[in-house]
Amino acid sequence: MSTRVAPEDQRSWTVGLRTRLSTLVPPGQALPDRQPAYVASWIYVFGVLSLASLLVVLGTGAALAVGGAAWWHESSLGHFVNSMHLWSVELFFATMVVHLWGKFWMAAWRGRRALTWSTGVVAFVTSIGAAFTGYLSQSNFDSQWISAEAKDGINSIGVGAWFNVLNPGQMLLWHALLVPVVVVAVVVWHIVLVRRHGVVPPLDALPDSGEGR
Amino acid sequence: MVTIAVRPPRGTTPDSHDFPTRPYDLVKEFVIALVAMTLLTAVLAAAFSSPDEKAITMQGWATADPADVVATATAELAGTTTSATYGAPYNHASDGQKLLGLPLQKWGGVRIPVDSADLVLQPLEAQTGNDAVTSAVQQWRAASSTQQQAWATGYSDALAAAPGGDPAKAATGDYGPVPELAAGLLAVAQSGGLEGGLTSSGNFYGGDQTRAMLLLSDGAYLEDLAVAQKLGGDQWGMMNETGNYPGQPWMWLYTFWYQVQPFSTSENADALVWGLMMVLTLALMFVPLIPGLRDIPRWIPVHRLIWRDHYRRHPSVRR
Repeated sequence: MSTRVAPEDQRSWTVGLRTRLSTLVPPGQALPDRQPAYVASWIYVFGVLSLASLLVVLGTGAALAVGGAAWWHESSLGHFVNSMHLWSVELFFATMVVHLWGKFWMAAWRGRRALTWSTGVVAFVTSIGAAFTGYLSQSNFDSQWISAEAKDGINSIGVGAWFNVLNPGQMLLWHALLVPVVVVAVVVWHIVLVRRHGVVPPLDALPDSGEGR
Repeated sequence: MVTIAVRPPRGTTPDSHDFPTRPYDLVKEFVIALVAMTLLTAVLAAAFSSPDEKAITMQGWATADPADVVATATAELAGTTTSATYGAPYNHASDGQKLLGLPLQKWGGVRIPVDSADLVLQPLEAQTGNDAVTSAVQQWRAASSTQQQAWATGYSDALAAAPGGDPAKAATGDYGPVPELAAGLLAVAQSGGLEGGLTSSGNFYGGDQTRAMLLLSDGAYLEDLAVAQKLGGDQWGMMNETGNYPGQPWMWLYTFWYQVQPFSTSENADALVWGLMMVLTLALMFVPLIPGLRDIPRWIPVHRLIWRDHYRRHPSVRR
């Protein structure tokens, strides 16, 4: 049974948003149980590995937040969690860079996927900001030196007044809240676009080539 | 049913949903990836740990290099330190760096006002019970700026000429209260009293280290330690990390420019590098729209390796 939408409801912001959300991804493509036959390469694994390592980053970051800013300096468990946080970040970037290079050589922006590419680049650049503020939030020698060095670059373009790397309280908030919110939002957007448009076909591939049959 | 392949115009990409498919367990793949990355992270953390070089304290600085503290305090009074001559966002002492002639640093405005002399005087004024220091501060405050400049510059020159920068070996001269002020700051630092002295500013919660970090980085001690750890600007700086750890390799392109001309010797190196990196980042973002750049994958057919099964099954597909 279909539900008729009254003319006055069609102007509703809520109806508009609901309609938009319901049509973001084609039916069955949000969690597909089949994939195009041409998807057969290890390069495809790195997108999933990036997402998996991002979850480890967020999980270990949350654990560090629960322990408090000084926990990892004083506790062996806290230090281990911090080590996991560091190495998950290293893995996140390593897998993300391989993913990015893979998508470059696949020209993965073809077929109206330019925004998918651009959101991926924004996710990468924003993640650099997240990692950078993380180094500034460590409250150790690295934080002191990196902040002393970084202030010149950020001040040189007039941004330092609002993004003061010498203020560890401000940097901790950027690192633990503001930047992760942006990273997660952009990654979600990126994944929605991937699911919406599907995985880019090989260059010059034809859909009726008989592949997979 | 016979299907006829109709080749789309070159440059168009067919819808991926129109291609033949095969079974695929997305959730299973993700769970396996999550478990694998968690385990790999735990193994790397257990094997290599993470660096945690303790932060420098003002007391540590004063103990390890007292002459540097005295020289820095004197230079702050003379207004010749890096922070004293910095410009925005700390003061109006200079226009700061420019990008293509545009003083972006100056346009940012002085929003974190810092008086370099106050980096020395404020901790001393907070002290009680030291009449010599109190008297020296009063003498400094009562003098004209010309007189202050002459005293501090004279003592700064004398310290620079003294063997090892040792204040005890500085030539005698008319330095007004400057030697007492510099020695006073050294004493406060050595006692541990300078910790928080520049950050709390009367507040119980002192979370902003801007002024303390400016004072510390105006001295030579912090940079000397950083260079010893291979963290200097001409040593790929922020890309590295204390100890034998990977650091931030994702910043290689940013730190790369500081190693080469004209950036390595430019007065505006920071602004130039930031400007260049913004252009390169935008270029990466808009690769799909940039002719030539977006065609590289077609010219260098790495995709033939990535989709080698597909191209093996369809050898007639043109590149």
